[in-house]
Amino acid sequence: MARDKAKPGSIPRQKMPEQSPLARVATFSEVALGLAPDIAHLESERCLMCKKPTCIEGCPVSIDIPSFIQRVVNDDLEGAARVLFESNALPAICGRVCPQEDQCESVCVLGKKFEPVAIGRLERFVADYVRENGLDLLPNPGQATGHKVAIIGSGPAGLSAAGELAKLGHAVTIFEALHKPGGVLVYGIPEFRLPKDIVAQEIDNLRKLGVEIETNVVIGRTVLVDELFAEEGFDAVFIGTGAGLPYFLDIPGEDLNGVCSANEFLTRVNLMKAYDFPNVDTPVHVGNNVTVIGGGNTALDAARTALRLKPEKVSLVYRRSREEMPGRAEEIHHAEEEGVDFQMLTNPVRFIDNGEGWLAGMECVRMELGEPDDSGRRRPIPIEGSNFVIHCETAVVAVGNGANQIVASTTPGLDTGRHGNIVADEETGATSRDGVFAGGDIVTGAATVILAMGAGKKAAATVHQYLLTLDGGATENGAAEITSPG
Amino acid sequence: MYKIVEKRTLAPLTTWFLVEAPLVAKRHKPGQFVLVRVCEGGERFPLTIVDSDKETGTIALVSQEVGKSTGLLAKVEEGEFLLDVAGPLGKPTDIHQFGRVVCVAGGIGAAPLFPIARGMKNVGNDVTVILGARNEELMILREELETVCHALRIATDDGSVGFHGFVSQLLDERIQSGESYDHAVAIGPLPMMEAVCKVTGKYNIPTIVSLNPVMVDGTGMCGGCRVKVHGETLFACVDGPEFDGLGVDFASLSHRLKMYHKQEQCSLQRVAKEGA
Ligand SMILES: Cc1cc2nc3c(=O)[nH]c(=O)nc-3n(C[C@H](O)[C@H](O)[C@H](O)COP(=O)(O)OP(=O)(O)OC[C@H]3O[C@@H](n4cnc5c(N)ncnc54)[C@H](O)[C@@H]3O)c2cc1C
Ligand SMILES: Cc1cc2nc3c(=O)[nH]c(=O)nc-3n(C[C@H](O)[C@H](O)[C@H](O)COP(=O)(O)OP(=O)(O)OC[C@H]3O[C@@H](n4cnc5c(N)ncnc54)[C@H](O)[C@@H]3O)c2cc1C
Ligand code: SF4
Ligand code: FES
Repeated sequence: MARDKAKPGSIPRQKMPEQSPLARVATFSEVALGLAPDIAHLESERCLMCKKPTCIEGCPVSIDIPSFIQRVVNDDLEGAARVLFESNALPAICGRVCPQEDQCESVCVLGKKFEPVAIGRLERFVADYVRENGLDLLPNPGQATGHKVAIIGSGPAGLSAAGELAKLGHAVTIFEALHKPGGVLVYGIPEFRLPKDIVAQEIDNLRKLGVEIETNVVIGRTVLVDELFAEEGFDAVFIGTGAGLPYFLDIPGEDLNGVCSANEFLTRVNLMKAYDFPNVDTPVHVGNNVTVIGGGNTALDAARTALRLKPEKVSLVYRRSREEMPGRAEEIHHAEEEGVDFQMLTNPVRFIDNGEGWLAGMECVRMELGEPDDSGRRRPIPIEGSNFVIHCETAVVAVGNGANQIVASTTPGLDTGRHGNIVADEETGATSRDGVFAGGDIVTGAATVILAMGAGKKAAATVHQYLLTLDGGATENGAAEITSPG
Repeated sequence: MYKIVEKRTLAPLTTWFLVEAPLVAKRHKPGQFVLVRVCEGGERFPLTIVDSDKETGTIALVSQEVGKSTGLLAKVEEGEFLLDVAGPLGKPTDIHQFGRVVCVAGGIGAAPLFPIARGMKNVGNDVTVILGARNEELMILREELETVCHALRIATDDGSVGFHGFVSQLLDERIQSGESYDHAVAIGPLPMMEAVCKVTGKYNIPTIVSLNPVMVDGTGMCGGCRVKVHGETLFACVDGPEFDGLGVDFASLSHRLKMYHKQEQCSLQRVAKEGA
């Protein structure tokens, strides 16, 4: 179809159809329903097809955005998908969970005068089209090189590294500690934002590429990194173990029954399906009043998950103001629509015992914002005498995650940084150990799905180079192979 | 899938399993545990590895039926499979030459204590095992423990065999009558471990206990297993499960173990009703 030369900005940004707040809090099914084909087409027409597409610079994996959107304009959805897959192995996932408002869409040229192109929604539209129509766009596994690569962790970093390496013909095995692969995509991010069958399908695709997945293997306990090399015959190892160690507040009463980390709360509900208790065996504790502490995606997910377990009230306590909340704008909005009670500029000081060891409430203090701190955000300062109590029987602590030490502490010569993160080169994933590479949250600290994927992909390229040097040279050819996408 | 190659009843509601899990068997050290999921929809729950054989690739587990999940496990027969077995998890027991070591087991605690006593003996310690149970019928692994220590002492709450009273009382009596110990390991129900620590604390005997908080992932990811030791919050699955018993906040842990009591009862009632 020829492109109508619509005047820039004459078409408004198309809205994502969603379940109504009332309907959706009654279920765990996905909130955002996806663009209808005609709406997606209309949205694609908004793109200016810029000569200097700044959107691409805003994308952590440099998707050729105008090129895929042009194909949507031309109704060539399969072609559009091929463009996406060149740079992003998991577009159905990224189209749903990427913070586009801080990435591609924040620098979209159209966005300077009008609202930016809804790039994320289009990405999801294209990826869903491929999925729902069962189109087989899978690349073929490369010709077998005879090299074995071990991937530790099956989150986005590990999955993308595995896919890239399988495409290059290496024999890839992913080792996952839990019984189900996917990392935060399965145990953290809830069904209503990212349906689990989408994740399962992406993982199936990897299996079709020849990637082996071994669950229930905790590297550092079940098998050591050194044993992967010496006994299991692997030539290289990629570590993508994520930021999975929950921080607590370290305030009085944190060991009361009713207080848990967001990781525990979300794992019980998402991975163990506790929403279906007693049809499944894992329970979750939800009192009449639930308070979540934190302002990131994890806190928002915990609050909205809690809402769906039908307490009377869910509050979200955050020590800075709404503008500083690190969670995605869209999800903050969703949480508010669904009825989460936002208590901004509020910090807990202690958990209150009901006299029998159970949580009865949380004493909080109001905060005001002072001078900017290291992070550039204004530092919250307690207002003296402003203490008050929020009544609650469940408190979910979502104040961040640190690095798990199981792999680092059992791998001699693997350097870690100040916060226990594995030290790895941002561009190459190389660590202090020969043949060992790392990427994703275990290196950067808690970040995003797309950054973890990007890190896995970059590291895969280096791993490939490394394997070629093991063969005794020919790295130039290798370089050419890596940079040609597909 | 992890095959049950052998199954035996040790005492009422207490079953011994030999499970095929070659990777776990290969790296297992005393003090470590596995997380088990019996079937789809099942909980992840921890069981201590009682023994392992690298050659045959098997591990031994002993489970006491106390609720839905351990009840489900008890129904799995020889030749059938467990869906998930992950491990070996947790830090191994600190086993070295202490001198005179006393290992105190209460009830099901005899199972996790077995590999520890054996390890302690193998490195040249003089090992005394004090084995206790509510009554003779419930006492498990008596013969096995006999082979891994220099002296085995028995106590039952009802006096049906051995000393009439708690293991902690027997321990206190032995010490008062002149036995001395350089190191103690106590595993069993929380009140029993606490009581042993009261005794050993009196005589300044360093004492290791193995804690059993509710776990989910077993890898340090959820913090559900947090315990307080010497005022510090630690994760039992990665920092433990063994800790300095003289610093453990037993009251807090015993309370935290009741967190899901209502739901556990509900699960059990459903089992009783539906027989499923
Ligand atoms: C609740 C929540 C919501 C989020 N929402 C968003 C969002 O909307 N958008 C966004 O972009 N980002 C979001 N994030 C962040 C994003 O999910 C992470 O940045 C990303 O998943 C990191 O990927 P990863 O591959 O590094 O690690 P992970 O996804 O954490 O995966 C690591 C995997 O390694 C496994 N593992 C750990 N140790 C071992 C071991 N020793 N042996 C074997 N396996 C091991 C773990 O079990 C896990 O499966 C969210 C995070 C959370 C917790
Ligand atoms: C490190 C460790 C090692 C253990 N080793 C053994 C062993 O060798 N043999 C044995 O019989 N038992 C062992 N246990 C205890 C065993 O895990 C629990 O008895 C079992 O999980 C109970 O589940 P249930 O559904 O049958 O009972 P439920 O009715 O669910 O619970 C009964 C009680 O068991 C505890 N419990 C429940 N769920 C869990 C869980 N996910 N994790 C830990 N405790 C839980 C609670 O105190 C609860 O009140 C160990 C526990 C830990 C933490
Ligand atoms: S910057 Fe915006 S308008 Fe320009 S090509 Fe990218 S998406 Fe289209
Ligand atoms: S069981 Fe989850 S952190 Fe220990």
